[in-house]
Amino acid sequence: MSRRVMTIALIAAIVIIIAGVYIAGAAMNDASADFSQKSLSPSWEHPFGTDLLGRDMLTRTIKGLSLSLFVGLTASGVSAIIALIIGVCAAFGRGVIDHFVNWLIDLTMGIPHTLLVILISIAAGRGWRGLLIGIIFTHWTGLARIIRGEVLQIRSNHYIAAARKFGRSGWWIMSRHIVPHMLPQFFIGLILMFPHAIMHESGLTFLGFGMPPEQPAIGIILSEAMRYLSSGMWWLAIFPGLALVIMVVLIDKLGECVKLLLDPVSAQE
Amino acid sequence: MSRKIKSISIYLVRVVTLLIAVSVICFALVSLSPIDPMLAYIQANPGVSEENIARMEEFWGVNDPPAERYLKWGSALLHGDFGVSKIFRRPVIEIIGTRFAATLALMLAAWIFSGVFGFAIGCLMGMFNGRPLDSVVKRICLIMCSVPTFWIGLVFLIVFSVWLGWFPFGMSVPVGVAPENVTILQRLRHLILPALTLSFLSFANVALHTREKLVEVLHSDYVLFAKARGESNLSVLRRHGLRNILIPAVTMQFSSFSELFGGSVIAENIFSYPGLGAAASAAGLQSDIPLLLGITLFSVVFVFAGNAIANALYVLIDPRTTEGGK
Repeated sequence: MSRRVMTIALIAAIVIIIAGVYIAGAAMNDASADFSQKSLSPSWEHPFGTDLLGRDMLTRTIKGLSLSLFVGLTASGVSAIIALIIGVCAAFGRGVIDHFVNWLIDLTMGIPHTLLVILISIAAGRGWRGLLIGIIFTHWTGLARIIRGEVLQIRSNHYIAAARKFGRSGWWIMSRHIVPHMLPQFFIGLILMFPHAIMHESGLTFLGFGMPPEQPAIGIILSEAMRYLSSGMWWLAIFPGLALVIMVVLIDKLGECVKLLLDPVSAQE
Repeated sequence: MSRKIKSISIYLVRVVTLLIAVSVICFALVSLSPIDPMLAYIQANPGVSEENIARMEEFWGVNDPPAERYLKWGSALLHGDFGVSKIFRRPVIEIIGTRFAATLALMLAAWIFSGVFGFAIGCLMGMFNGRPLDSVVKRICLIMCSVPTFWIGLVFLIVFSVWLGWFPFGMSVPVGVAPENVTILQRLRHLILPALTLSFLSFANVALHTREKLVEVLHSDYVLFAKARGESNLSVLRRHGLRNILIPAVTMQFSSFSELFGGSVIAENIFSYPGLGAAASAAGLQSDIPLLLGITLFSVVFVFAGNAIANALYVLIDPRTTEGGK
């Protein structure tokens, strides 16, 4: 089997796992409280144990992951679109616009992300909506820089100059020649942004911004678990977090595989 | 020389405009908020008379237009007055002053730890490039990059505090001991776990980055030549490797202040460490606007200082970048 086929198989497997977790979490009923099953350590019946209210931690973890995936995908998708628009505009507009965009990127990167997301989420009135907007407006900078650089490189090609000599408008060149070239970068950037978005989401939810406490988000689960650490209920914290780490590693791997496939140098190996 | 002065002054102008923009944006964000600070305050402190509410509304200028409030706040800032914190009931500048010392100790410990050990591990990986040791450690580092700070903090607490009992459960000093009786050793003991947590992410970053650079250097022609002359691996690393990879590693460490600050918010919360980060999230949760704005502005200055040092180091240390600038 060639490396190409193996990479495609790996991508398919990861996508199936992620989609499975998402659908399972969305379809599942909330873990119900059952006081006869209170604070059980992990067993075959409850692989992740149960919490103080007797809720099955495996169910809660999958629901939380599903929520994280939704927030992460939405946030990184919108953020990547912003990055694409801003990056292309900066490189295409040159001069004043370019300077302004660079300044804007410096500005966004200068404020520690955690604080900026807190500020934006307060501005948007807290809740998951505020958190989502906060993550959207803090994660576009890196990708925008990459896209700007790529566009600058493509702009200097001869076929762009030829198109211009033929009297094509700037808009035509941008939509026909430049944006299609950016799509691979765009998708790779989006996937690689995804884990960051998830980690920021759960981190801020953990601090108490974002998801309301009755939602079984991973951040909520872990901040609840923190209160019972000293009583020795380690499974409340270890397993949900481990599941999150595995998710993040999988998505990272997905991004690398897609990169390998889309890069013409490594695609046919 | 005049070129240098010109580039420095351009940089300064840029920093000042960025700072002004940060203050405008932060202020705008807070003003946009549908959360009414008066309402939040009254809910938190029931039993305030109507008369006092009116007096406080006037004192805080709640009913003035935002632009006017911004100018008032901005001119007070320039005089060094950051306002009074609502939750701590002390001037913001005082809180930042006392808490920054604690946060600085934490960040410095994490920063040095991740810098020194990350660099050492990175060198080790680079030296063993392609061999089992390298691929195992590299894989561990890649996984470390995917571990959220708040979870690893919890894991450290469970393993080292609850199970092994090596370290205390949080705070920066033992409970029930007067501040003047706390020994340095006790402080250090309380610092180790939060610092480890905070350094976790950047540690892997530094190691992977260093590895990449070292591999690049080791594949160069001058290293091949040095080996042909009979230099051992260690002396190649010492003479050719270290000098080339140290600058990017150091500048990278200085430009990571932003993540360091962001991470400290989370690490301090887990270990109930009384620093700036814990204060920032408390301020955010309880709508303590003056404190939150003060800490944000302070952190931005801190981050810009780090970036400026990184830029300056590049010019100062690397002989190639100074040559053209005479």
